[in-house]
Amino acid sequence: MLSLVNGSQTIGNSRGFWLAFLAVLALALIYPIFADSYDVGNFSYFLIWIFMALGLSLIWGYGGMLSFGQTFFFGIAGYSYGVLAIIMGGGSMTILALVLSVLIAALAAAVLGYFMIWGRIGGVFFGIVTLAATLSLAFFLGQTAGPEWHIGGARLNGFNGMKGMDPLTVGDIYIEGTLLYYVMIALILIVYLGLRMLVNSSIGNVIVAMREDPQRAEMLGYDVRKYQLLTFAVGSGLAGLSGALYTSWGQFITPSSIGLPAAAMPIVWVAFSGRSDLTATLIGSFLLLFGFQTITIYSQQAALVLMGGLLLATVMVMPQGFIFGIAQLVSSRWKRRPRPKKKRDPDRDAHSQMRRS
Amino acid sequence: MSLIDVQGVSKRFGGLTAVADVNLCVESGEIHCLIGPNGAGKSTLFKLIVGIYPPTSGSIRFGDADITRERPYARVQRGMSIKMQAPSVFKELPVRQNIHVALQQHRAARNLADEQDRLLALLDLKDDADKPAGALAHGQQQWLEIGMALALQPRLLLLDEPTAGMSPEETYRTGELIKSLNGEGMTIIVVEHDMTFVRQIAQRVTVLHLGKVFARGPLDEIIRDPRVAEIYLGKTHHA
Repeated sequence: MLSLVNGSQTIGNSRGFWLAFLAVLALALIYPIFADSYDVGNFSYFLIWIFMALGLSLIWGYGGMLSFGQTFFFGIAGYSYGVLAIIMGGGSMTILALVLSVLIAALAAAVLGYFMIWGRIGGVFFGIVTLAATLSLAFFLGQTAGPEWHIGGARLNGFNGMKGMDPLTVGDIYIEGTLLYYVMIALILIVYLGLRMLVNSSIGNVIVAMREDPQRAEMLGYDVRKYQLLTFAVGSGLAGLSGALYTSWGQFITPSSIGLPAAAMPIVWVAFSGRSDLTATLIGSFLLLFGFQTITIYSQQAALVLMGGLLLATVMVMPQGFIFGIAQLVSSRWKRRPRPKKKRDPDRDAHSQMRRS
Repeated sequence: MSLIDVQGVSKRFGGLTAVADVNLCVESGEIHCLIGPNGAGKSTLFKLIVGIYPPTSGSIRFGDADITRERPYARVQRGMSIKMQAPSVFKELPVRQNIHVALQQHRAARNLADEQDRLLALLDLKDDADKPAGALAHGQQQWLEIGMALALQPRLLLLDEPTAGMSPEETYRTGELIKSLNGEGMTIIVVEHDMTFVRQIAQRVTVLHLGKVFARGPLDEIIRDPRVAEIYLGKTHHA
């Protein structure tokens, strides 16, 4: 079983790592017993964003496509959940609304991605187009304040945002508070392990190869466009999952959760954490979200400035990401521990020396 | 029977004609060398054959299929494989994984590890298997790329300057490897400047000059052709 989630595309493949993982999971599971419901609710809120961060890690870190538009898909799914939950009547139908809204976000990514990837838009232009789409959606939704902007009984409400949708519900039970927290933990577990399986599979090998050199990957017989589209759709579907869960959690969504400051946040989380590793992204994003929320209580401006400073520090000091860099440092120290000397084969050493000279 | 048949192919980049009305027919099971001075259009012709560039005019057939408008990956899936002029490997990935990505295209998972080890041993890269490919010496990167091309088990192998940056010993070994692959039935086209290497492997040679086919035939005839010496060495030819 572990062989499916372990591999060269992820750090943390040892038995020690998985034991630590289980310990953290156990702590996460017992946390609500010791914490008050307000803190548990806050934790659920941080966890909502983890899916978007993991999706961006897949698209950018593994696939090499810098998407500035993850809040585009977050917004599409968030508004879709709101509209569907209202027009389908709430209750247990909210579960279907959640699934459909994630699929709508993935479909939107597939359509946008098709035109970008088949149109050979790459590099910095990929970021520009996705950002343009994000800003267009945010501005469009901002001007939907009039009563004519509605889908069925669901009014979009412009900058004030949509409200009135049910949270996720099963039968008569609202999924909120501690129950929502456990649902989040379960979803993060499924998504994290699922993504580890994906990136360590043969598909993941191709995704990483196309990041390194798309032409070489194509010269090995892979239609890299299809792999890029798959990566973009899956990663954006995860942004959609964050969006739908966000709307369900707060029972509202506004265009400000899509606009420029919101769109920049996932880039900061993933860049700071280490975009090319899922575990680093998971840990780093959680720490940043926790820190950001804590500082926001005192000053939202200070929190934003800190995020900008962290992005600058990452780019200038540790471009591969702080969490990833620290993990690599610890790993290399661990490997450098003195070990019993092996007997050396002089013939082999001489041959090896010749080949390098 | 010809495996690759290039008919009247031209490639223009704006006002520059890099390849002009080139015909090239390579028989199945042949080692064919493309030679010519710098800027003759050899690498461009390779890129046209493998589909990196679409031709401005002309047609390319691979076996029975017209592949003129096919994308590179589709040509590779038909049995074509290329080693590019500049080493083109996945530099941040370990050597082992470079081979793995190429192998998994055609091999069942259960045979993958054995075949990977066999190729690493053949390329003399077993000791460096866990290094990032970018940390290898230039010649080793060339070998790695040849290994990735071989992992696809191609019917047609295109090698663009495979020995650039290699020592004489490595160059000789590369030549022997090419001959042994050809002995197993692989058709190989090589672009090369090193005439010692060309002598070691070539059965037929096509000389390109200024984007056109200048001469073609068995190597001995080509070497004796004073016009070829002239374009290579700039000698004045007096008939």
